[in-house]
Amino acid sequence: MKKYLVLVSTSLGLVGTLNAAEITGKITLTGTPPPQKEITAASADPNCGKLRTEPALTRTYVVSKDGGLANVVVYLKSGLSGKTFTAPEEPILIDQKGCMYEPYVSAAMVGQKINIRNSDALMHNVNAGTPKNNKGFNFSQVTAGQVNPRTFENPELGIKLICNVHSWMVSYVSILDNPFFAVSDKDGNFVIKGDLPDGKYTFEAFHQKAGATSQEIEVKGGRASASFTLEVKQ
Amino acid sequence: MNAALTLALISVGGLVTSKGVGMSVPDWPTSYGYNMFLFPPSQWVGGIFHEHVHRLLASGVGLVTLALAVALQWRSTDRVVRHIGWCSFGLVIFQGVLGGLRVVLDHYAVSGTTLGTLFGLAHACTGQSFFVLMACISLRLSRSWDGLAFVPNVHSGRSLRWILPVATGLVFSQLFLGAAMRHQHAGLAIHDFPLAYGQWWPATDAESIFRYNQVRPDESLVTAFQIILQMVHRLGAVATLLAVATCGWLGWRSLGSVMWLRNASVLWIFVLVIQASLGIATVMYDKPADVATGHVAIGAISLAWGMLLTLSTRRVLRPAAVRPSESTVWQVSMNPV
Repeated sequence: MKKYLVLVSTSLGLVGTLNAAEITGKITLTGTPPPQKEITAASADPNCGKLRTEPALTRTYVVSKDGGLANVVVYLKSGLSGKTFTAPEEPILIDQKGCMYEPYVSAAMVGQKINIRNSDALMHNVNAGTPKNNKGFNFSQVTAGQVNPRTFENPELGIKLICNVHSWMVSYVSILDNPFFAVSDKDGNFVIKGDLPDGKYTFEAFHQKAGATSQEIEVKGGRASASFTLEVKQ
Repeated sequence: MNAALTLALISVGGLVTSKGVGMSVPDWPTSYGYNMFLFPPSQWVGGIFHEHVHRLLASGVGLVTLALAVALQWRSTDRVVRHIGWCSFGLVIFQGVLGGLRVVLDHYAVSGTTLGTLFGLAHACTGQSFFVLMACISLRLSRSWDGLAFVPNVHSGRSLRWILPVATGLVFSQLFLGAAMRHQHAGLAIHDFPLAYGQWWPATDAESIFRYNQVRPDESLVTAFQIILQMVHRLGAVATLLAVATCGWLGWRSLGSVMWLRNASVLWIFVLVIQASLGIATVMYDKPADVATGHVAIGAISLAWGMLLTLSTRRVLRPAAVRPSESTVWQVSMNPV
């Protein structure tokens, strides 16, 4: 009987390990990036200016006081060869609010639905240009609340979405082939959760401007932590 | 009139590209599903306003060009002029289709370059060529052109016969390079002047390009090709200025018998100086849309100026053997425009 109990508890523990992996960490930026600036065109636009309660700022580098870098996509780059994953059913949302895309940087899985919404009571167009590995699109959203779902079928980092009606509006979406990814928050922190077995994996941190850096991370007992440093070279 | 309309059209087209709003109306020949002429003004907001005005103005130029072709067919006795009229109409239609394909093929790429960029480049160069053609028609129908046939043959400064077309060709090459830069929508590949990334010739290895992109103040990422393109444009500007200055100097010395032509050859230098100043201001002030558009418009004027000078000067500096007698001078039966 005791033997069975040990077996069951071990199995449950193993399942727990497989289902509850959590990788936490922080992205730090060194060097001196260009500072955030006000996007004066957004305030000056007769329609968008009315929607802005505070000045719109550039977001190429959003750095916290302690050097934490926001808007970095951290994703599992290798270590799961041969395994395929199904895209989550829950869509991600890219919104247009106050004539800015929100979020500035997002990530989704291959085939995962991306709901693109216009929350402004004015017209925007959503132009994905010509991505390297995916098919682009360009459509308009005339009414407030309009949502158009889109998907990308191939992995690709940093697909740029712009609005030609308001040329300062920019957003980036990265498409990954597995569900183990996250985007760093305003303090540079990230959390990746998922059914990742214990083992060694290579994760990469990718920022549109600062570049990318990889490191091997060992997940033990469903836990791991990692810190990435990106550098702005002078 | 059509030349002036075309210059306005080129300027609005330049504004569309400078503001990066060419794709703000994603369909063609309709505008957001509407017949272009019925598109509600209430929806002409932001970049849509510039793009839609460009389309309407282009339609206007197309209609005026058709009227011009019909008028020339009806009233001109010169077969060449009549043919040029219909060729102009064909060219303006072709230009419209290029503009449309630039929109509808924007999401397709060949060898890493989007078809939108390639068609945009062709659209820009054809637009400049069409403007030059309109200017040439105006010259040929003018009294000045007739008058040149009676000017005593000029024997000095014959090198102008080949330097002028070379200088005009250089101006066109510069417009081509400028259009290539603008239609890649990569922002400014180089932000400083007269140096480039602090050097007379910037490094373009992968490490340097990465470093440049890290500290660029805008969203765009530039390539080595785009940096080299701007450097060639800068060197081309120096060569063009020298060639045009040479034309002005030779024109001042040789074309004294036709004062307006002599003055025009010297004034061309000032047009080029303004053009170069606008180019420098475009770089130094981070490509303000109005300055960049002025650079496009003055570029078009520079090209037409060079072509008109070339044609007029060659009419004066003609070899003695082919100098027309008064009785064989080309006659225009319609009133000069």
